[in-house]
Amino acid sequence: MRLNRKDILGIEDLSVEELETILSTAESFKEVSTREIKKVPTLRGKTIINLFYEASTRTRTSFEIAAKRMSADAVNISVSTSSVVKGETLKDTAKNLEAMKPDCIVIRHSSSGAPHGIAGYVGCSVINAGDGNHEHPSQALLDMLTVREHKKSLAGLKLAIIGDVKHSRVARSNIYGFTKLGASVVVCGPATMLPPGIEALGCKATVNVEDALRDADVVMMLRIQLERSKGADFPNAREYSRLYGLDDVKLRKAKKDVLILHPGPMNRGVEISAEVADGPYSLILDQVTNGVAVRMALFYLLLGTSREDAPKAI
Amino acid sequence: MKVRQVMDAKSIDRAVARIAHEILERNKGAEGVIILGIPTRGYHLALRLQACIASIEGVSVPVGAVDATLYRDDLGIKKDQPSLKRMEIPIAVDGSVVVMVDDVLFTGRTIRAAIDALMDFGRPHSIQLAVLVDRGHRQLPIKADYVGKNLPTSLKEGVKVHLVEVDGVSEAVVEPCD
Repeated sequence: MRLNRKDILGIEDLSVEELETILSTAESFKEVSTREIKKVPTLRGKTIINLFYEASTRTRTSFEIAAKRMSADAVNISVSTSSVVKGETLKDTAKNLEAMKPDCIVIRHSSSGAPHGIAGYVGCSVINAGDGNHEHPSQALLDMLTVREHKKSLAGLKLAIIGDVKHSRVARSNIYGFTKLGASVVVCGPATMLPPGIEALGCKATVNVEDALRDADVVMMLRIQLERSKGADFPNAREYSRLYGLDDVKLRKAKKDVLILHPGPMNRGVEISAEVADGPYSLILDQVTNGVAVRMALFYLLLGTSREDAPKAI
Repeated sequence: MKVRQVMDAKSIDRAVARIAHEILERNKGAEGVIILGIPTRGYHLALRLQACIASIEGVSVPVGAVDATLYRDDLGIKKDQPSLKRMEIPIAVDGSVVVMVDDVLFTGRTIRAAIDALMDFGRPHSIQLAVLVDRGHRQLPIKADYVGKNLPTSLKEGVKVHLVEVDGVSEAVVEPCD
């Protein structure tokens, strides 16, 4: 077993076998976080840089904790306190960080494709922690892991992704991931938030929330990204909430054992009601727990392996 | 050189039964004993030892699994990355006598890694090692307390243990190394 690649840039370019390898490895890593000594020596001496050009609590902390539980050294760079504010380009920042010999750079950037660019400039591994409206692979992996724990297999499930699909890298990564593992995906939101042609990714699209929720096994609510939409996509939060916000009444359309996911941070009372977010079907905090395991698995599979010219061990 | 059987199902059963007796003799009973197998086949041998001890002594000793993968020293060297197995420590190991079980004892590196893994879970009173086959060629100062069969081998040979629980047949074989 090995993941024969240098970088994790998106779910789009991962095969079904690679997805299965990552998910089953992540399942095993969950146990480490339940120990009294939550640390294994596997990646001792490896250096991981978290380079975040956008705000993040969950993802950055999760990558950092994952690195530390594997005994790697994690360095966090947030752009507001870095030389980027002095005008350094992304490429120069990447090349300078590479000169300090890290083994992996985890990057979040507001521009789609920025991690792909960096992966071409540097020799170390690059993990995409969210790029623009494009992909957020580790989030989709933790979503798949969370659902798999409750449903055994993703094959044949119906996933409804509801909300600001246009601005959501989480939606894109999950569409790729869930369809690759045999689930059907429907995306739903106001027409202003559904990018034309999204069906080309292999999902259905609808503006009717009842259609999306009908017989859904999994409902993933997306955050209204006010910082990206500039307020032009819907009249006001109250109207959005009435039409698309998930509450107990709308949820009755879904299957009885429906699972509720949200990538966070939540706007309570806008896209999801507090009763649903804290209710019995909600797996929102399980997602966060699983995020650490998924990221440990990614580090293990990318960094815990040999270079081709390494001596043969017996 | 072709595959050569060195133990059949019967001789594996006898070896396991003898080791169960030896464990009880050495520890003056089963009190405070925990058996931890190294997955995959070490774990199944641990379950067999548990059953033997139950039939001899009438007590069920706790059984678990110690996965040494994350503690290995060859992770960056081997071409193929080992997949993670199960870590399952059934009760607190502090103060107990842990019998670790593996199928084949070779360089000793897996056992070193398993000892380190176990130490992260507590401080056992002592750790003993039981193996079905000891094939020699140790690279670390590690020695088994209970051995099913001592098997002198060449480094050009590989030793494999198959168990009916996993492989559909119980045997130990020597085969040419690739």
